Amino acid sequence: MSATNPTGKGRAHRRFRPDRDVVEWQGAYRRYDVVKEVFICFLVVLVLVVACAIVFSSPDDPPVTVKSWSSAAPVDFAQTAMTELDGTSATASYGPPYTDAKGVSQKLGPVSIESAVGVRIPINTAQDFVLKPLATLPDRPVLASALAEYQGASAAQKASWDSAYEKVVASATFSNGQLIVKSGPYGPVGALIDNLVSMARTGALDGALLASPQLYATNYTNPLLFIADGTYMADLAGLRHLQGDQWGMMNETGNYPGQAWLWLYTLWYQVPPMNASSNGDVEVWAIMMLLTLALALLPFIPVLRSLPRWLGVYRLIWRYHYRSLGPDVLLQLPPDP
Amino acid sequence: MSVPLDGIAVTSEKATWTGKLREKALDALPPERLLPDRQPAYVASWAYVFGALTIGAFIIVMASGAVLALEGPAWWHSSNAGLFVNSIHLWGTEFFFMFMVVHLWAKFFMAAWRGKRKATWITGVVAFAVSIATAFTGYLSQQNFDSEWIGTQAKDGINSTGAGAFWNVLNFGQMLMWHIVLLPLVVSLIIGLHVLLVRRRGVVPPFAPTQAQLAKAGLSLGGAAGLEAPTPGAEAPADPSPQVLPGQAEPPQQAPPPQAPVPPEPPLGQVEVAEPTSSQPTLEDSSLPAPGGSGIETATQAQGPEDSLWQLPGDGS
Repeated sequence: MSATNPTGKGRAHRRFRPDRDVVEWQGAYRRYDVVKEVFICFLVVLVLVVACAIVFSSPDDPPVTVKSWSSAAPVDFAQTAMTELDGTSATASYGPPYTDAKGVSQKLGPVSIESAVGVRIPINTAQDFVLKPLATLPDRPVLASALAEYQGASAAQKASWDSAYEKVVASATFSNGQLIVKSGPYGPVGALIDNLVSMARTGALDGALLASPQLYATNYTNPLLFIADGTYMADLAGLRHLQGDQWGMMNETGNYPGQAWLWLYTLWYQVPPMNASSNGDVEVWAIMMLLTLALALLPFIPVLRSLPRWLGVYRLIWRYHYRSLGPDVLLQLPPDP
Repeated sequence: MSVPLDGIAVTSEKATWTGKLREKALDALPPERLLPDRQPAYVASWAYVFGALTIGAFIIVMASGAVLALEGPAWWHSSNAGLFVNSIHLWGTEFFFMFMVVHLWAKFFMAAWRGKRKATWITGVVAFAVSIATAFTGYLSQQNFDSEWIGTQAKDGINSTGAGAFWNVLNFGQMLMWHIVLLPLVVSLIIGLHVLLVRRRGVVPPFAPTQAQLAKAGLSLGGAAGLEAPTPGAEAPADPSPQVLPGQAEPPQQAPPPQAPVPPEPPLGQVEVAEPTSSQPTLEDSSLPAPGGSGIETATQAQGPEDSLWQLPGDGS
């Protein structure tokens, strides 16, 4: 054996480091057929996959639509619609990238990346989720009058009407296709919400909420945010064990493995301080970015790159090889200066 | 240089970009290394199969995704055939990740980045990360309850990084295009690069016993076991010549089979991890030869019991 550079050129020699360097193999070779191996592996996986597809199929629970939501839980829909109108919903107060609400963006230390990026998907919930869709309904003079009255009112007047309706809609009921609320000084707001509930239950609001003015629409940001602001979908998700504190989105409906590979990402949401932090999302992402970077750069990180040698699992993987050297070598391998 | 040929000046291949590229490609990956028909004898564990299993699952995922694309994203909701193909796609993805994770762990335990193999490791990790993004966009493109719930939940994390302003998980059209065009292209390229690097650098050799370890085991350099080991602290070349790779130093086919370097079939009960020979590795079981059998070749014709199994080239990266 020679520890010198056989070419006699290159940089100065350095010490052999077992976690970076190798002693290249000069020993025996065995027959091997890479094409055959990949082909057989493909067949094995194909059999497994087809068997699982036949036995277990795949989940396909129908989505929640505004129509299904407002039909199944009209009061929840009406209450949510009111928060969209008065600007107190989760979406309305989200901040970037949807709204310019201040002081709500998540921060990592002093830095808020989402604030720095700004509002790039602007949403005005009162206009986009309530008033503009209502304005598309034809031949409704009472609604048209209510819309004109509301949009022409001062901000203080709107706030007064909104506040009054917030109070009565909290105890609303639904009967015979009608939302029933107590009377109060809420001006045209009652007519607006009544019409929106009616519109939603026909399915017309689903289409009206689409962000695209084109016939062919593919952007469902508005209806999904509206639906997510209510409690109906979250309740359904809880029943399906999909809530954040139930390991959330790594699961999927039914008894399926889901995105099991997201276990570590989801784990951080279950433990303090992230599970109770107002900056939990950005903290979890920062942790995962760091861990992913560390995994990719593992060969460069002292101590971590020595773990495989210290753990000694390689002795199991290469057990036949080490046995060929003698059992004592196998047993003596790991501890080395 | 030009070579006259029937009155036509033919430019030497080295003078063209194509010729230079071909020459470099062949230097880096000669056919026998790109599609090897032999491996070092230490490549003998089921742990080595999971890379090929991952590729097998990846082919199934891509093929089933292509079939789904033929009829469009809504097909599988209303057709039994579509549902079956979607199920193939889903389970292919599940197995793809399962095999990939086992492959990743196995390579970690082997410290497979050693010896100019850092890029192989990094491309593997990147392939894993991009595959997660690809699968995630697949879940967002299902148009069912899972899609809308996962999208509305995931938006907060992605928005918190600032990426949500550009990569809107609630925009079905955007996510679908990423899922069926952009990300599969990236995953395919990275996996392809990873495989080429594996073929270029070869399979990482086992940790070699050092002199101290051999001495402790009562063995000596060049002893009966046919070993040669690095001295702790020995100098290694920082910028070595190209590594001696599996398949690079081709022995003449008529070379006599070696005696000592051939890994013998482990005697049952000798070591605590002993297993029946039938559980031995890889899909080439049937070709795993008996000691000294014709299925094992040596890298150098002169090797024998007194010759070294390893050569010390150093990392150099």
